Amino acid sequence: MEDKGTLWLPVDASTMAGEIDSLFYFTYYVSIAIFVAVIVAMVYFVIKYRRKHANERTERVHESKILELTWIVVPTILCMVVFTWGFQSFLRMSIAPPGAYEITVRAAKWNWEFEYNNGFVVGGNLHVPADRPVRLVMSSADVLHSLFVPAFRVKHDVIPNRYTSVWFEATKAGEYDLFCTEYCGTDHSGMLAKVVVMPQDEFNEWVDSRGGMSDDMPLPELGELLYQQRGCLGCHSLDGSEMVGPTFQGLYGSQRNFGDGTTAEADDNYLRDSIVNPGSRIVEGYQNQMPAIYGTLSERELSGLIAYIKAQQ
Amino acid sequence: MSQTTATDTGNVAAPRAMKHYLNHDKTIWSWLSTVDHKRIGLMYGVTLAIMFLIGGTLALLVRIELLTKGPTIMEADTYNQVFTMHGIVMVFLFLVPSIPAVLGNFALPMHLGAADVAFPRLNLASYYVYLAGGALVLCGLIVGNVDTGWTFYTPYSSQGDGSVLFLTSAVFVAGFASIFTGINFIVTIHKMRAPGLTWDRLSLFTWSMYAVSIVQVLATPVVGITMVLLFFERFLGIGIFDPALGGDPILYQHFFWFYSHPAVYIMILPAFGVVSELIAPFVRQPINGYKFVALSSVAIAFLGFLVWGHHMFVSGQSAVSSIVFSLITYLIGIPTGVKVCNWVVTMYKGSIWLQTPFLYALSFLFLFTIGGLTGIMLGVLAIDIHLHDTYFVVSHFHYVMMGGTVIAAIGALHYWWPKMTGKMFSETWGKVSCLLVFLGFNLTFLPQFVLGSRGMPRRYAQYVAEFQELHQMSSYGAFLLGFGLFVALGVFIHSMMAGKKAPPNPWGGATLEWQCTSPPPYYNFLEPPTVNDPYNYKPLVYRDGDRGWEYVHPEAPEVPQSEPEPAQS
Ligand code: HEM
Ligand SMILES: [Cu+2]
Repeated sequence: MEDKGTLWLPVDASTMAGEIDSLFYFTYYVSIAIFVAVIVAMVYFVIKYRRKHANERTERVHESKILELTWIVVPTILCMVVFTWGFQSFLRMSIAPPGAYEITVRAAKWNWEFEYNNGFVVGGNLHVPADRPVRLVMSSADVLHSLFVPAFRVKHDVIPNRYTSVWFEATKAGEYDLFCTEYCGTDHSGMLAKVVVMPQDEFNEWVDSRGGMSDDMPLPELGELLYQQRGCLGCHSLDGSEMVGPTFQGLYGSQRNFGDGTTAEADDNYLRDSIVNPGSRIVEGYQNQMPAIYGTLSERELSGLIAYIKAQQ
Repeated sequence: MSQTTATDTGNVAAPRAMKHYLNHDKTIWSWLSTVDHKRIGLMYGVTLAIMFLIGGTLALLVRIELLTKGPTIMEADTYNQVFTMHGIVMVFLFLVPSIPAVLGNFALPMHLGAADVAFPRLNLASYYVYLAGGALVLCGLIVGNVDTGWTFYTPYSSQGDGSVLFLTSAVFVAGFASIFTGINFIVTIHKMRAPGLTWDRLSLFTWSMYAVSIVQVLATPVVGITMVLLFFERFLGIGIFDPALGGDPILYQHFFWFYSHPAVYIMILPAFGVVSELIAPFVRQPINGYKFVALSSVAIAFLGFLVWGHHMFVSGQSAVSSIVFSLITYLIGIPTGVKVCNWVVTMYKGSIWLQTPFLYALSFLFLFTIGGLTGIMLGVLAIDIHLHDTYFVVSHFHYVMMGGTVIAAIGALHYWWPKMTGKMFSETWGKVSCLLVFLGFNLTFLPQFVLGSRGMPRRYAQYVAEFQELHQMSSYGAFLLGFGLFVALGVFIHSMMAGKKAPPNPWGGATLEWQCTSPPPYYNFLEPPTVNDPYNYKPLVYRDGDRGWEYVHPEAPEVPQSEPEPAQS
């Protein structure tokens, strides 16, 4: 059901991906051909000319100029082909088409934050429209990071002292992995997000409603939205399964045992504290991996999250 | 038939109870203060074996952790420190010195027909400077929590608690050991060749040592300077690399790769030289295209200085530089490929003797070809965007550094072992371990190519579920690889304790070290060696009864062997 891509490459979901995949497979098959030729010759010689007795004589082989030219000229031509092809695609990948939709990306240890042109900021997942060039203008608050979306075949480092950018045009609605690929410390491997590709009109609606949020929405619904938008779902399951953090199922009201031997009941205050100050008490069996970025949630948003957690019995 | 005794070449049939370099003085002090290049080579050898064991253990810890997608045996922080130490130990303390310091020190002067290197005391100093570097790394291991990766990218490396400085100063100090060895080899090759040993008669091993020494002397200071700048930034608060102080983190990457790219040639060029030596005698053919193979090493050494930017295609360097760097990358790739073709074609119409060292050479050809071809793939700009900083790169450089350099080094250790110790090793078990290492290696790293091109980033302590199977394959491969290496160790230990006595020339090599006794006397040659074409196997004949290969005097009749000669001229 789900498209897993080919053996070597993940699903392709951007306009550039097809081109890069052809280039990849071209160099791959040429490499395989060269490799097989080398190994077959080697194995053939080893079998054919195996020493029969110790003092076998050998005749000095005269070097063949034609052979030498072949193995210089043919690889050079092949290399120039892939070089030219590679740099043309590279140029297309480097220069965003005019009129691309811009999203600001801020990376910090160890999360991604995306800001849309109406001032809407969301952590966690990156939402983009399908079939429209999107340009990400990226900066880092601390060390180097790198934004990588395998399904789009794009990657670029995110640097503290300057803006860098990548662009892509997503072709298929769906969710794709986004990884940090420049080592950035403790939770580098937890610096993940999803790219959510939506049809253009759905996307517009999503941005305009700030992710479907409204001031009068019931608290548990607000909580659910935030649970998805702010990336809680990356680490906390709703069905009891183990992830990086404890599950929310049956959390409210349960007794929590901490790594330092103390215990507490998971009441409203405990939940609030755990969101705002994640490092203060660590449940036994877990590590201090939750980012301390939720202190900026508004009171109403916190209440929403707590209400949502309460509802997971 | 036996009027052609070894006395024809003078020095082979030395008296039995002769003193040689291992036993002429047995005190510990005589080892610690030795200026004999062979002993220094051996001391380096033992030290590097320990480094390899430490680095290898760390690698296995990494692979165990990656057996499951979540935490397996350690937390993310510990994992990050483990892969960092693995990289630093393997690259700076093992691979960079490996072949030059151990095998170069041991064999190079003999290849030249010389009694020692040009500056024996500098050679000993190199060893102690290296030890000091190693000690600093150990300090870093014990006091610190260095988790920057072996590349020390700023600004991450300029933050933290400062224990990273132990490691950067270790790299700085160990760099001097390299420089000393490099200077020594250059001067030795220029000045100490035996009479008649002209440049076109140098062994290919000598040529590669020459090329690598040039790179060591020219490139290593750059990493020294870089590490000093890191120091300044930290202690004096001068903004060089850290944007918080007004520096530029990409500048650091330029500095780092300006050294570290040439450094990958410091690691592979010696292996090229070694492989030529491992092929020719076992094929009884001179290496096809001697001149090309010799000079391309030197050319690669120089061109190696011009491609550092191919590590930075997505770093934010300008697109124009990326394009130029990509183009020059092929200028190196092509001669490298041509060398592989030369080695393979050398086997044509040869007489191939499948002994353990040669098996390692075959293994090298197989693995290095994969490493080189994937390097070419990475050099293609648009593809590298996708593959950079994924397991594809990890696998690429393990194919060249482990599959290339380490395999060549182990092969060469088997090749020179009889000369070093005077003992033969078990061929059967040598072959078994070669096969295990080969299989284990491929099982470890082939899956990593697929992992990488499917999007698995490197330096991840945990990963998403879809990658788990391939990671597990890779881990099982690593266990097999480790096991294979232990079998090889067992082969050497067994040889030392119970190996048969080695003849002066067990493989039929024509380079000059095979004219010394096994093990060689203190000053290598009792009489000046007969200088020959290093790949002319005509005058060598195999004698029964553990005598190995001996030179036949040109005028002496061709000697009939246990088997009759084939009827051809
Ligand atoms: C045909 C020859 C080769 C070519 C064309 C080649 C090309 C490349 C390219 C383009 C990269 C950058 C990939 C990236 O970071 O995205 C790379 C990485 C690397 N290569 Fe090679 N390479 C070759 C041979 C070697 C050899 C002989 C060695 C070492 C003995 C080596 C060691 C490395 C290392 C260590 C890295 C990764 C550095 C890091 O990011 O940690 N390569 N190679
Ligand atoms: Cu990061």
